[in-house]
Amino acid sequence: MDTITLTSVSDNFVQAVQEKSRSDLSRCWHCLCCSGGCPFAKDMDFFPNVIIRMVQMGLKEKVLTSSAIWLCVGCNTCSMECPNAVDMAAMMDTLRRMAIEEKVTIAEPAVLSFHQKVIDSISRYGRTHKLEIMMRYKLSEKDFFSDMDLGLRMLSRRKLDLMPSKVKNKQQIQALFKLAEDLS
Amino acid sequence: MTFSHKELNYFPGCSLATTAKENNASLKHFLEQFDIRLTEIPDWNCCGSSSTHSIDSGLALALASRNLFLAPADKPLLIACPGCYLRLGDAKWTLNMNQAKRNKVEKHFGQPFQSDLQLLHFFELLADMSHSGLFKDLPGRLKGLKIASYYGCMLARPPRLNKMPNHYGLIEKTMTALGGDPVQWGFSNTCCGTFLSVSRPLIASNLVNRIMKAAIRSGAECIVTACAMCHLNLEIRCAPENRIPVFHFSEILSLARDGKPSREWLNRHLIDPAPVLKTRWQV
Repeated sequence: MDTITLTSVSDNFVQAVQEKSRSDLSRCWHCLCCSGGCPFAKDMDFFPNVIIRMVQMGLKEKVLTSSAIWLCVGCNTCSMECPNAVDMAAMMDTLRRMAIEEKVTIAEPAVLSFHQKVIDSISRYGRTHKLEIMMRYKLSEKDFFSDMDLGLRMLSRRKLDLMPSKVKNKQQIQALFKLAEDLS
Repeated sequence: MTFSHKELNYFPGCSLATTAKENNASLKHFLEQFDIRLTEIPDWNCCGSSSTHSIDSGLALALASRNLFLAPADKPLLIACPGCYLRLGDAKWTLNMNQAKRNKVEKHFGQPFQSDLQLLHFFELLADMSHSGLFKDLPGRLKGLKIASYYGCMLARPPRLNKMPNHYGLIEKTMTALGGDPVQWGFSNTCCGTFLSVSRPLIASNLVNRIMKAAIRSGAECIVTACAMCHLNLEIRCAPENRIPVFHFSEILSLARDGKPSREWLNRHLIDPAPVLKTRWQV
């Protein structure tokens, strides 16, 4: 685990995160229940409660370039553990969004790439087409061989469909992507 | 208590329509046995999935909203996938709480939002069926099958939704009522790793193998899950030495109902459930 050194701080970072995530981070008393319960904490560079502390300290760059915000899958286990109802998952959503908008170096580019492939699939078909998502993801990662045997096993068991399940009204799906910009 | 959910609208979601067809088929089969009629909402789209809420909350709301506007409000909307339930529930909450967003969405769809549209979790339907006495004297029964009930993160939710009904223990209660023998174990609420199974497979496989090992240690013969994503991860990220069969809740319910496991569903499993089933049933 890294030591936190206060060097440059962003004054309004904590307010911005709280407003966007509608989560009151001042309620956190750092009891570590979230970090203890989080199934992904041991793979993160900073524990979830440490991310809250760093947001409070205004360590914007350090937070937005952390792996923790990308390894959080939003399973809400932390919310079940938290005695003060801090919406950790909403904070993580906000931080990922900020990391993309601020164009910082993404600590887990493969995770972001996967999300983008899923969203591309929804844009094309209105639903997710898993085989194509996997193939496009593997292509973009230049990873052609891992999971090849798994893919074949899944195909042989008909777990992966060759053809996508589609929404008929494509225009409505495209319109949703326009609506989304308005809702962000 | 009379049973009130005979006619339902139905949102299957992408997983049940594709990778987890056996989940969809067994669910429909099971509910048909009780004369519960499902009407799939026309031309539904992806609920938004983890990927949109992870990086694009506006898109998450837009995608979920179209489904909420497509569903007729005359009947409750049954949602079988816990992920979809959370996404649609979150969108409903946002549209009810945020007037500015609601105005934009209503303008987009050209109609008012049906704020009282009832979203029905598959668990709520089951609890209602159980309370109404529908599970008494089922002919199939589970013959003491030792089951590790696995919820993953499906019952966890953000603080803003924590007043909604919860159903911890429902799989255990139902399995016991149907003649099964649920084991006590420590990993029933540990997340399966969801999408990290693709982009960080090692993290997911570590989690999955801890879960599977714990289930084996507890003496379970199989795992039962109500989430199609969990089902997939447990099957694909499990090391060969930790494999025990993983059933969809709906498959095991169908088995309890009529005692006849469907070959068609079982053939779609990556971990073959036949050896365990053969100990008690004709497969």
